[in-house]
Amino acid sequence: MARFIAFRLCHTVLILFGVSVVAFGLIHLIPGNPLDILLPPEAPKTVVDQLRAEFGFDKPLYLQYLAWLGRVLTGNLGTSVFTGLHVTHELLSALGNTLVLAVPAAVLGFTLGTTFGTIAAFSHGRPLDKVCSVIAILGLSMPHYWLGIALVIVFAVLWNVLPAAGMGGTGGVPTSWEEIQYMILPVATLSMIPMGVIGRMVRSTVLEILSHEFPTALRAKGLRSRRVVFHVLKNAAPPALAVMGLQLGYLLGGSILVETVFNWPGSGQFMNLAIFRRDIPVLQGTVLVLASFFVLINLLVDLLQALIDPRMRR
Amino acid sequence: MTDIAVVQPAIKPGEQPDSEPRGYWRTVGDRLLHDRVTLGVAAVLLVIISLAAFAPWAATHDPLQGSVIRRLKPVGTPGYFLGTDETGRDIWSRLVYGGRLSLVCGITPVLLATMIGGMLGLLAGVGGRLLNTLIMRVVDVFYAFPSVLLAIAICGVIGAGIGNTILSLTVVFIAPIVRVTESLTTQIKTRDFVEAARASAAPLFAIIRHQILPSVLGGILVYATSLVSISIILSAGLSFLGLGVTPPNPEWGLMLNALRQSIFVNPIVAALPGVAIVITSLCFNLLSDGLRSAMDIKLQT
Repeated sequence: MARFIAFRLCHTVLILFGVSVVAFGLIHLIPGNPLDILLPPEAPKTVVDQLRAEFGFDKPLYLQYLAWLGRVLTGNLGTSVFTGLHVTHELLSALGNTLVLAVPAAVLGFTLGTTFGTIAAFSHGRPLDKVCSVIAILGLSMPHYWLGIALVIVFAVLWNVLPAAGMGGTGGVPTSWEEIQYMILPVATLSMIPMGVIGRMVRSTVLEILSHEFPTALRAKGLRSRRVVFHVLKNAAPPALAVMGLQLGYLLGGSILVETVFNWPGSGQFMNLAIFRRDIPVLQGTVLVLASFFVLINLLVDLLQALIDPRMRR
Repeated sequence: MTDIAVVQPAIKPGEQPDSEPRGYWRTVGDRLLHDRVTLGVAAVLLVIISLAAFAPWAATHDPLQGSVIRRLKPVGTPGYFLGTDETGRDIWSRLVYGGRLSLVCGITPVLLATMIGGMLGLLAGVGGRLLNTLIMRVVDVFYAFPSVLLAIAICGVIGAGIGNTILSLTVVFIAPIVRVTESLTTQIKTRDFVEAARASAAPLFAIIRHQILPSVLGGILVYATSLVSISIILSAGLSFLGLGVTPPNPEWGLMLNALRQSIFVNPIVAALPGVAIVITSLCFNLLSDGLRSAMDIKLQT
C-alpha cells in the first residue's frame, strides 16, 4: 500500500506540473504581448514598457513561468490587472460560493443516481428499469444551463415560489431559510448530470456483478434480499467511486454555465468575468486552481479505491 | 496472408463464401435493424439533419429579418407558429437555420478529435514503452482539466467564432479519445490472432490495418457517438456564454442566451432553443447506446 501511495503521489506531482504549464501557457496561445489587448492602441510607449516590466512580460517566457510558479507555490496568484486586488483572496471566496452549490449537488446527484441505478439493475427488463434508465439518460442529455432556465421559468416566473437568481446573503455557507431558497434551483440543476452519469454507471456495474455466481449463492444460502443488495453494492462501490470523483471535479470546474444562469458569485463567474476583462492573472489562477482541485480529488478517489479494493494496489 | 483472412473474417465480409459464418458487421447491422429504439432515434436525427441541411426550404421566414411590430409573439401566432424573438425574428426559421451551426460546431470537433486522437492512441498502443509514456503522460495532463473548464479557457483566450469553437472542443476531446483507443489497442495487442499475424512476419502497418484497427474501430465509434452529445451541449454552451458563434448568426445556444432576457414576457418561447438541444443530444446518446449493445462492446470511460 505504501508503494502504491508513493507511486500515485509522484504521478500527481507530475500531472500538477503539466497542469501548471498548460494553465500558464494558455494565455500565450495568441501571438503578441498579453497587455496589448488590454491597453488602448494609442497608449504611450513609456507607459506600455513600464507596465510590461511591472507584470514581468518583458522577460523570456520560461523565466516568466518560473517566476509565476515560484509565486504560486507560496500561495500568491498575483494581482488582477483589472481591479488590482489579490487573486488568491478573491478566488478563495468565489470558490467557497461554488462549493456551497457543488457539494450539495454532488450529494444529491450521487444519492439519486445510485438509487435509480440500483433499482434499474435489480428490476432489469421490467418497466421500472425503463423508467429509471430514461430519467438517467435525460439527465445526461440535458444542457444544464437550459435546465436552469427552464426551472427558473417554472418556479420563479410561472409559480413564483423561488427566487430566480442571485445568492441572497453575503456569500459563504447559508445560515437562514431565505438564503437556502436561493440555493434550491441551482443545486437541483447541477445535480442532474452526476445523477445521469452515476445512474447509468451503477446500473451497468450492478448488472455485471449480478451475472456473477456469488449473488445467487448468497440467495441460495437464505440471505434476505436486502442483504444481497448490500453485498452487490459493496462490489459496485469502487468503480462508482471513481466516477463520482470525476463528477465532483466537473461540478467545480463546469459550474461556470450554471453560475451564469443563476448569477451566482462563484469561481465560474469569476473566471467568466476574467475572460471578458482579459484579466490574465485571474484567468491563469482560476484555471490552475480548479484543475488542481480536480487532480487532487482524483488522487483521493484512487487512494480510497485502493483502500476498499486491495486488487487496485497494483 | 490467407491465414490472416481466416483469423479475422470480419475484415472483408463481402468476400466470404455463403457457407461461412456471418461476418461481425453483418450481425451488427441485423441487430440494429431489429432495435426499434435505435431505428426511431436514427430517423429523428435524419429529420433534424435534413431540416438543417435544407434550411432555406424548411424555414418560413428570413432568420435574420426582424421587425419591431412583431416582437416576442407567443407560440401559435398565425404565420409565426413558434413565436418570434426579442427583435421580431421568426423562431422556427432561426431554429432550422441554427441547427446548421449547432450541428457543425457539435459534430466537427468529435470527427477531428477521433481522427487525431485515434491515430495517437493507436501509436501509443502499438508503439514501444517510450512512445507510450510520452503520449499518455501528455494526455494525462489534458485529461486533468474538466472538459467545460478547458473549452471555456481556450475559447476565452483565442476569442469567439465558429473556427475557434471547433478548435477548442477538438483539443478537449482528443485526450479522452486517445485514452479509449490506447486501452482498446493494448487489450487487442496481446490476443492470439495478432500474435499469429506477427509470427507470420506481417509488417507492423499491415497488422494495424488488418488486425488491430477493425477490432478497435467499433469501440471508438461508440465512444465518439456519445461524445457528439456532449459536444453539442458544450458548443451551444460556449455560444451561450458569448464565447462561441457570434450574433446575429442563428445558433441554439446563442438564441437561448438572447431569449433569456424575455423569460418573464414569453417563457415558453424562451425555452424552445433548449428543447432543440435536448432532443439532438438525447438522440446521439441513444444512438450510442444502440450501437454499443449491437456491437456488444463494454467500454470503461
